[in-house]
Amino acid sequence: MLTKRIIACLDVDGGRVVKGVQFNNLRDAGDPAECATTHARDGADEIVLLDITATSDERGTLLGTVARTARSLFIPFTVGGGIRQLADAAAVFDAGADKVAINSAAVHRPELISEIAERFGSQAVVVAIDAKRGNGKFEVFVAGGRTATARDAIQWAREAASRGAGELLLTSMDRDGTRAGFDCELTRLVSQAVSIPVIASGGAGSAADFIDVFRDGCADAALAASIFHFGIESIVELKSRLHAANVPVRWPC
Amino acid sequence: MIVIVDYGAGNLNSVKKAFQHIGADAVVTSEPASLAAADKIVLPGVGHFSALGVLERMGLREAMSQNARAGKPLLGICLGMQWLFDGSEEAPQITGARLFSGTCRQFPLSVKSPHVGWNSLTVQKESRLLQGLMQDTFVYYTHSFHAPVVAATTAASEYGLPFSAAVEQDNIFGVQFHPEKSGPAGLLILKNFCEVR
Repeated sequence: MLTKRIIACLDVDGGRVVKGVQFNNLRDAGDPAECATTHARDGADEIVLLDITATSDERGTLLGTVARTARSLFIPFTVGGGIRQLADAAAVFDAGADKVAINSAAVHRPELISEIAERFGSQAVVVAIDAKRGNGKFEVFVAGGRTATARDAIQWAREAASRGAGELLLTSMDRDGTRAGFDCELTRLVSQAVSIPVIASGGAGSAADFIDVFRDGCADAALAASIFHFGIESIVELKSRLHAANVPVRWPC
Repeated sequence: MIVIVDYGAGNLNSVKKAFQHIGADAVVTSEPASLAAADKIVLPGVGHFSALGVLERMGLREAMSQNARAGKPLLGICLGMQWLFDGSEEAPQITGARLFSGTCRQFPLSVKSPHVGWNSLTVQKESRLLQGLMQDTFVYYTHSFHAPVVAATTAASEYGLPFSAAVEQDNIFGVQFHPEKSGPAGLLILKNFCEVR
């Protein structure tokens, strides 16, 4: 049976893992390679590394950090941040990533999705969508949540899927870092609008939040960062609680 | 020496890295001639079945078939395993290696596609490749097309329907999942392949 994935996210700034609240107030949470190995050993199903200041600093992805993190990782590894064109994606794959997450660049030039998918396959393309509630809708933001786009998140999700995205990484900006639970309504609307897997992100605080987003939010995977980094909820404990609640997870892992 | 066949599709680094991690000597090549010098051949692959058309043009199709017929161990991974069958609905104009019979098809519309994530293996018969694995071990998949369950199927997984997770006949092996991304279980499978004689 296909299981629900628990994905550990490393937000990286200047080569260090950091964690903010609603995209701000960054705190240091360790070395990316060490964090990734620890999470994999603890049962994370995948690792996502996001270079969160690459776009705002107008620089490329930190390839050295990517390569160092990939070296002893034998589970799927996704890298995002600073990927603006096909060549950037190719460099990130060369450094050891299995998938790239593209966000701002895909909004600015949606053709990038199909360009990467045609060269590396759809399974290697994750389109990341940062969405925020407003006026009864969900609006897409880019540049690490700094810039509004007036795009509707559900419509953008459909377009990304039709252009060849293999998965969507959907972050609720309202919930990011709050530990108040995932935005199940947003996740469900997107998950039901597309036929590709949706990874829910933003707001993980407890095992109950994961159960909710898998059941009510129809998520295929759920991503969290701060709860794992600061040891509030270990992945082992989280998975055993999901298993006990009859959510299919890779257990024992 | 293990030769990983490069036909220009996708990223072969992770397969090479996994073999090196378990102490195997692995090289990536697109030269048909270097297949003859190899102890074992790995055909990886992600993406579209049409990418496999290049094998024919590069002379790799013939080189692989010859070596496989001569008993040299061959492991197809993901798209590489699908190529061992007759062909795929994804690109009907491309003929597979026909080492296993059957055509690869899309998943039913009742499930999301691609099939992405960790799914359990139901081991169906004794296998050198899967030796030492527990029943229901989880492995990582990412694909939209699947190979049917056939006589050579050693393990199946279920996603809308049962499909071939692993096939094995003589020294020809295939896995639909990604052993290089399946944690310790995946590394064990690659180690088993290294030990095939």
